[in-house]
Amino acid sequence: MELLDGNLELKEIQKLQGHTDRVWSLAWNPATAAADVPKVFASCSGDKTVRIWEESPSTRSWDCKAVLEETHTRTVRSCAWSPSGRLLATASFDATTAIWENVGGDFECVSTLEGHENEVKSVSWNASGSLLATCGRDKTVWIWEVMPGNEFECIQVLQGHTQDVKMVEWHPTMDILFSCSYDNTVKVWWSDDADGDWSCVQTLGESSNGHSSTVWSLAFNAKGDKLVTCSDDLTMKIWEADIIRMQSGDGYAPWNHLCTLSGYHDRTIFSVHWSREGIIASGAADDAVRLFVESKDGSMNGSSYQLLLKKEKAHDMDVNSVQWCPGEKRLLASASDDGTIKIWELGTLP
Amino acid sequence: MVSGLINANPIVYEKKERRVRNEAAVPDEYAVEPIDQLEIFDILDPEHPYSLEELKVITEDAIEVDNERSYVRVTFTPTVEHCSMATVIGLCLRVKLMRSLPSRYKMDIRVAPGTHATEAAVNKQLNDKERVAAALENPNLLDMVDECLAPSYA
Repeated sequence: MELLDGNLELKEIQKLQGHTDRVWSLAWNPATAAADVPKVFASCSGDKTVRIWEESPSTRSWDCKAVLEETHTRTVRSCAWSPSGRLLATASFDATTAIWENVGGDFECVSTLEGHENEVKSVSWNASGSLLATCGRDKTVWIWEVMPGNEFECIQVLQGHTQDVKMVEWHPTMDILFSCSYDNTVKVWWSDDADGDWSCVQTLGESSNGHSSTVWSLAFNAKGDKLVTCSDDLTMKIWEADIIRMQSGDGYAPWNHLCTLSGYHDRTIFSVHWSREGIIASGAADDAVRLFVESKDGSMNGSSYQLLLKKEKAHDMDVNSVQWCPGEKRLLASASDDGTIKIWELGTLP
Repeated sequence: MVSGLINANPIVYEKKERRVRNEAAVPDEYAVEPIDQLEIFDILDPEHPYSLEELKVITEDAIEVDNERSYVRVTFTPTVEHCSMATVIGLCLRVKLMRSLPSRYKMDIRVAPGTHATEAAVNKQLNDKERVAAALENPNLLDMVDECLAPSYA
């Protein structure tokens, strides 16, 4: 299917109800991407719970399989599966991060990570599942080492942001950590050797073509050589780095601003996510979901991106999170202040 | 005399006479129930037994309601430039609107340009819904907001 030929539609497959407050975030289980495994994702909410949703292989309909409750005492702001899909980490305004293990379909809280002074806002596993990062309102980013027996040890507290840190995300293949903040910047954290200290090697700020207001979210393309960030300044920005150099051990290669997507959104952009085949989805406070792709015309100005599709009124209220399913199908899930999650399929018009 | 208040002696203005609510709202035949611009006037100041209207923190002109676009913009004027209560007042306004308006409404709450020393910081905080959500999970802050809002529900 040629994306740019048009005639595309984002078709609503199902609306999932169950949460009793705004849904902040959702995460697909990466181990359920294969065709013969039922697809699973987790969602978390202002109702203090996490819900696990699974697609029935026979009916293709989605059902809530588990409600993870009575652990977090405040909003659960974000959730992330370990690369194996065995563990789920959940970050809460109650200042803790909980680790849940799937034991035969039942989710047990096997560990609680304490240390942040107040609200934890985001959690992310590195590619190998050996490290976990968390961040929060206390302006810090914590790196935790995953030890045997579901033990987690904080190996470093990273300071540098001047305001609360909205999101942390590991690079998809290398141990490079990214954090974005209310201080309008994205910081890149890097360690020269395996046992060394982590330090901030780059700050993507307004003076380096960065954002002019809160950076809410970021995501990588499949290859990991491009990064997209989204902000309260109503723009999305694409960044690029020479990852071949970094992978060959020649040290850190900086991320450079490639282009800015402006004029498409008129309220805060809360979420961005890059599909395996290169489609960037955005979720924003104007209740819409938008899809973008790289333009084909190899113009002289270098890289540019264009709007592929805009789904107006995707939800009744703000769209807080958009996440592509890692599997073969073009499935997108969106979470909203309206308390629902929607499953969408990108297809061609009949 | 030493006072712990941010603004110990605010100027108190007369309440405007309003016989019928809704009169000032822009008529919109498509709206089932036009939003009452006036329902936020009775919110109390966090420091004083006066309403935001009596302190001229809020005036009718400062409330822009667009029923068709489901949009509300409130611009408020803190009583003093360094008012540390500005974020609490803004929070009260936001909560009042959140509870009164249909959920489809989008709202922006700002301090009037040039009326607060840290205008940009206050505006940013008031319009960051994550920080608002976290603040409203703080029982002390929520109590304070509810106290200010109580007369507005009378």
